Amino acid sequence: MSRKLFTFNGGVHPDGHKAVSNATPIRAMSLLPHYVVPMRQHIGAPARPMVSIGDQVLRGQMIGAAEGYVSTAVHAPTSGRVVAIDARAVPHPSGLFDLAVVIEADGEDQALEFQPLDWRNLDPSALRNRIRDMGLAGLGGAVFPSFIKLNPGAQKIHTLILNGAECEPWITCDDRLMRERAAEIVRGIEVMRHALGCRTTLIGIEDNKPEALAAMRAAVPADMEVVSVPTLYPGGGGKQLTYTLTGVETPTGGRSTDVGIQVFNMGTAYSLYRSVELGEPLISRVVTVTGHVAQAGNFDVRIGTPLKDLLAAAGGALPGASGEIVGGPMMGFDLMDSAAPVTKAVNCLIVKNPKLFPTKPIELSCIRCGECARACPADLQPFEMYWYSRAKDFGRAQSYNLFDCIECGCCSFVCPSHIPLVDYFRFAKAEIWEREREKYSADQARIRHEFKTFRLEREKQEKADKFAKAAEKSREAAASGADVVADPDAEKKKAILQAALERAKKAKEAVTPKNTDNLPPMVQKEIDEIEARRSKVEGNTESQARHE
Amino acid sequence: MITAIFVMAAIGLLLGGILGWASIKFRVEDDPLVEKIDAILPQTQCGQCGFPGCKPYAEAIAKGEADINQCPPGGAEGVKRLAELLGVEAKPLGEGLEPKPKSVAVIDENTCIGCTLCIQACPVDAIVGAAKQMHVIVASQCTGCELCLPPCPVDCISMQVIKEDVLTWKWRYPIHMMKRAA
Amino acid sequence: MENYLLLLIGTVFVNNIVLSKILGLCPFMGVSRKLETAISMGAATTFVLTLASGASYLIDTYLLGQELSYLRTLSFIVVIAGIVGFTEMFIKKTSPVLFRVLGIYLPLITTNCAVLGIPLLNVREQHNFIESLFYGLGGALGFSLVLVLFAAMRERLEAADAPTPFKGVSIAMITAGLMSLAFMGFAGLIR
Repeated sequence: MSRKLFTFNGGVHPDGHKAVSNATPIRAMSLLPHYVVPMRQHIGAPARPMVSIGDQVLRGQMIGAAEGYVSTAVHAPTSGRVVAIDARAVPHPSGLFDLAVVIEADGEDQALEFQPLDWRNLDPSALRNRIRDMGLAGLGGAVFPSFIKLNPGAQKIHTLILNGAECEPWITCDDRLMRERAAEIVRGIEVMRHALGCRTTLIGIEDNKPEALAAMRAAVPADMEVVSVPTLYPGGGGKQLTYTLTGVETPTGGRSTDVGIQVFNMGTAYSLYRSVELGEPLISRVVTVTGHVAQAGNFDVRIGTPLKDLLAAAGGALPGASGEIVGGPMMGFDLMDSAAPVTKAVNCLIVKNPKLFPTKPIELSCIRCGECARACPADLQPFEMYWYSRAKDFGRAQSYNLFDCIECGCCSFVCPSHIPLVDYFRFAKAEIWEREREKYSADQARIRHEFKTFRLEREKQEKADKFAKAAEKSREAAASGADVVADPDAEKKKAILQAALERAKKAKEAVTPKNTDNLPPMVQKEIDEIEARRSKVEGNTESQARHE
Repeated sequence: MITAIFVMAAIGLLLGGILGWASIKFRVEDDPLVEKIDAILPQTQCGQCGFPGCKPYAEAIAKGEADINQCPPGGAEGVKRLAELLGVEAKPLGEGLEPKPKSVAVIDENTCIGCTLCIQACPVDAIVGAAKQMHVIVASQCTGCELCLPPCPVDCISMQVIKEDVLTWKWRYPIHMMKRAA
Repeated sequence: MENYLLLLIGTVFVNNIVLSKILGLCPFMGVSRKLETAISMGAATTFVLTLASGASYLIDTYLLGQELSYLRTLSFIVVIAGIVGFTEMFIKKTSPVLFRVLGIYLPLITTNCAVLGIPLLNVREQHNFIESLFYGLGGALGFSLVLVLFAAMRERLEAADAPTPFKGVSIAMITAGLMSLAFMGFAGLIR
């Protein structure tokens, strides 16, 4: 039984380096004293912390609840006490800190009572809610909340594709997972198939993983098909794998669901099995530690494990190491702070050395050779997008379909001038998003300002009407000979306001503003100017008050 | 000579007739250009341009009464986009108009006396509160215009620069490596 | 028929109004910063020029004749100004942004030397009415063609790493020179 495969345009053949880490079985890690669990581990809104400092938590207990629709829950990786809820280092290319719950393990590793789910007899919507509370997100790297992807919605999903291509060099976590836990993966796939109601199930695995292919072929039932796809980076990209297996191209700006196909990662299927059949939320995942380390391999790692502890479990970096990469060498990023924890998105930690990862050569001018366009798996023209991204002409960059770029890095990989094309595209995309955001807030501000103007007008009108009425009344009263009594409250009100001002002045003298210490001279100057302006205005208002 | 005058008069009359007809036929009621300019302006309503808001400034630009480089919150980028729309050369921001880092106003809860002066000053109604109640600024609606600073009688409002977090972080412009090698 | 076709090709490529007759350089440099603007300017000029050459032929032949030929330039300018005025109103109504973008260059079509030059050349070459129209159309198409080509190049140059002293108009001038050299290649294509 052989399926007709399609070959997408472009793609590259980087050195695999898979053998470094795929020879040994997945190892478990011993319990650590501390776990740092970030609240933002998925695409969408970060989870909302549900615990406070000092709380005792059990393994699998929900510590962050999904907030908004595109979000998912976060759980405690072990039992212990919450010792901090603050900004911590996270695995992010910026090296910035983000909100995380820090758990001090008590060493008991006591779990909640996990309730297996009778998913076959469960309403799909209830099943999805359950999956949302289990914190499932795509473990391939995009970490899109899984319950949304399991919602067929308006489009009918006819084909489910399981992505076991693992096309990035060095990474072997899905490879080992398929070899060792094929039966469990298949049970997870069955849950997916049930939720989506699709007919065809295809499992795509690159042909450089014969053992995984064999293990999966042995485990699948007759109505699922394991397909060996040629090894070609980025064959594991969602759109690329879809094309390879079905010949269906995903439309520009769309998702594969637009053509009735849904793609899931192998690790997600395995975690789905654990959360549905065992009732255990997503609190661990398989991570590859490889490169210049003592014992490269794959580890079953609790979410929240600091990366430096994970590295220590692999025997530590060998002498001569020159930093770490989170993710694969093509799409990953340099780790800024090794205290950052493993999150749902982290699939690989590579220790660099100058020989395996030489410093990037100098960037030269674009010679318009077109190699990047030949290598681009999304059929784009990177040299044109580069030309305009570099000149910050984002409108034109976008007109070359910049947003169809999957940032796979093929163009940068083949560029004879060593131009970091993908960096330019990321920069351009970020700027365009920023502009969209600014546009949105400007529109909001405009609407609010227009409403305020309208409201003031209305109030003025109302006041005028009222005044006219009152004037009429008083005229009537005067006509009838009654005295108009002055408001007796006015004096009292003034006195109260004066007292409040005095109090506030005293309070302000007592409290020194905390943001004006240790200022650079420029800022100080600016503050002085503002102060001067302010005192002028104050003087005006005061004199005005005296007038009144 | 008479023929020449007659000929020129005839041509003039004919063309005058056509143009008169066209000016009635193609009359333009209002100027949609103002809307397009207003769409580019950042809508902070801060008045740093010397006009009482973004819309009046847009109208002034459309009429040719104001230059395009008077809007510091829009920055060089805004000037560039205005220049593109209007087909003129971009120029640096005007004298003394420096763009400041994006910030939001924050009310010090301990000092606020609840006078509602800032509420009246806020052009986008981003301050919530009532008389003698503590006021709070809705950070997501605040445009950072600083118009609430001068009216506050107790100086309890300060501007805080918006810090970058993981969500708002942007990929930087790739650094050229040419110089380091040379 | 063949005659008219040759006339058209001849004016568009061989005797290009901008690059070999060096007429109409003012809008050529002025409105070539953006491709969209250049296209609209080309369209407006084509409209004006075709109409102007037809109208001025009629005026020259039937109104002025031999004895009033000293009124030629004067009456041509009046006619062109009228047509431009009409176009201006039309554009202001249909596309205010374009009107603003074309700015001063729109009324300046009146003084575009190409627009006056072609009716005068028509008289000198003793073209008949149809020939005049084709000559006007061809000249205008040639103008639009090089304007659009030049605008496209300038847009790319905007993003290029030109040495600082060459940025902007300087590199545009050099480009225009190179384009003119390139159009010399058409010389001898027709007679």
